[in-house]
Amino acid sequence: MGTGPLLLLATLEGTVMAAVLALAAVGLSLSFGVMRVVNVAHGEFFMLGAVLAWAVAQAVPSAPLGFVAALVICPVLVGALAYAIDAGLLRRLKHDPEATIVATIGLSYILQQGALSLFGPDARPVEAPFTLRLQLPWFGYSGYKLFVVVAAALVLLAVWWVMTRSRAGLVMRATQIDRATARAFGINVDRVYAGTFALGAGLAAVAAVLIVPIQQAHYLMGHDPLLLSFIVVIIGGLGSIRGTLIAALVIGLADGILSMLYPPTLAKIFATLAVALVLVFRPQGLFGARP
Amino acid sequence: MTRVLVLHLAVLAGLAALGAVLPAYHHGMMARILMLAVYAIGYNIAFGYTGLLSLGHAMFLGAGMMAAGLWVQQGGSAAAALGLGALAGLGAATLTGVLALRTAGVSFMIVTLMFAQAFYLTLLYFGAITGGDEGFPLPAAGRQLMGLDLSQDGPRYAVALAIFAVALLVQLALVRSRFGRTLVAMRENEERSRMLGYNPFTTKLAALAISGLFSGVAGAGYGLLFGYVGASFATIQYSILPMLYVLLGGAGTTLGPLLGAVLMFYLIDTASSLTELSLAVIGAALLFLVLFAPKGILGTLRDRGIRWLP
Repeated sequence: MGTGPLLLLATLEGTVMAAVLALAAVGLSLSFGVMRVVNVAHGEFFMLGAVLAWAVAQAVPSAPLGFVAALVICPVLVGALAYAIDAGLLRRLKHDPEATIVATIGLSYILQQGALSLFGPDARPVEAPFTLRLQLPWFGYSGYKLFVVVAAALVLLAVWWVMTRSRAGLVMRATQIDRATARAFGINVDRVYAGTFALGAGLAAVAAVLIVPIQQAHYLMGHDPLLLSFIVVIIGGLGSIRGTLIAALVIGLADGILSMLYPPTLAKIFATLAVALVLVFRPQGLFGARP
Repeated sequence: MTRVLVLHLAVLAGLAALGAVLPAYHHGMMARILMLAVYAIGYNIAFGYTGLLSLGHAMFLGAGMMAAGLWVQQGGSAAAALGLGALAGLGAATLTGVLALRTAGVSFMIVTLMFAQAFYLTLLYFGAITGGDEGFPLPAAGRQLMGLDLSQDGPRYAVALAIFAVALLVQLALVRSRFGRTLVAMRENEERSRMLGYNPFTTKLAALAISGLFSGVAGAGYGLLFGYVGASFATIQYSILPMLYVLLGGAGTTLGPLLGAVLMFYLIDTASSLTELSLAVIGAALLFLVLFAPKGILGTLRDRGIRWLP
């Protein structure tokens, strides 16, 4: 394969990566933006989405139907769990930022252990709903991966619509800007928080269900998405959804292309250092504007 | 002051007596716990006294351990390895602090986490030297400290206790000094301390550097006492463990790190021998502490009557 086609392949892989990453990162960004808390268990919500997708696909006999069922059921289940966690746990901590981090670290251990005990240590595959193969002049490419990109874009569009055009989004933005005033206007801030937390977790689960036919479900699979989501959210500017989307695209593509050229460990070292330095020297993120 | 000193010396005497009576299995466990308690003391100086909630202390532990391990592997002496470990921890913490202390709160947690992660990945990247996750054993010849063979149970416990005793007493002197009170002032109200003429940046940097030094010594000591060095000690889990110990024992109490380390170590050990649920035990303990006992055991005791508890 020549350089051109190789670059095209890397770009395609990068786009798939960016799409999934954007979903997971927007979920993290939502809870950070509206609630001002960092959810370390976000990667575990992603992992739960994937593992549950496997369980659902096992229960439903036909492959396409199983996938569709998973795509509907898993985000709802994970979102409900997140809602309960926020209402039962984080609310008691009054969403204190540092206590919340410690609590979600604890939570992520428990969720990992739960997945390990219930689903075992093996990686579980989920069959893709269809196996279309697009034959390009230089190589064949999985049609499912392109479907992932389209699906992620649609979900993100829906999130954007909810945030900017719907009443729920208005309430969320009002809470984000001024919690006390929002409460004074009769907004149930506790419910907004729990709902935002659930929505963020649900988005991570959608990302996970989309990715399981490509990667397998495994109880430790939450680490990388968590780290990458962190990176995206920080580079994009904490709490800014538009910045998060741009950063997801840039980082997903960069990751896809760089990991073809350099050893992945080296790329990860530079990425983590870069993020730390961005937080130190440009806490508002690279894409500027504070929300 | 005297009753505080008596309490600390009594604890040390108790540990020495324990060394004489414990069966072999618990003997080795206690030596491990003492090293982890030194690490937790270091964490306590940053978190408990200065209010710096770091998620990156594993880097300081790992740096101390790796420096000592590589030194001994090249044929260096164990005493120098301990010093080198201390320096490595101090250096890593100072470097981290210079950058990370420009941020505070949640950003500080994330920045320290990221630096530690980058350090861990670097250890993996240079796996040919560091042995990566598998690590490497230390040669027996290098594990001789002042004529004591550290691979033997008795000397190992004695050296662990000696290192711990020094760490405990230095911590006590530190937090009761003028400087120690400045640290607490930073934790309680940074703006007011600044107004009174203290420089928050240099004070916190000093606290973090000392904390790193303790962590480095703990890492070096752990490596030397148990003859094994590996990158797995630089993982995020080893940043969370001292936080757990300190939260359990009581943040900002001198004996909290030891108490927390002993209780938590045995809790995890018991849990993992009964079931496979050691991760969940750590998680549940964190949740419980954050929810119901944010001051830990000794912190709660201090609030409920024993006010002189340091």
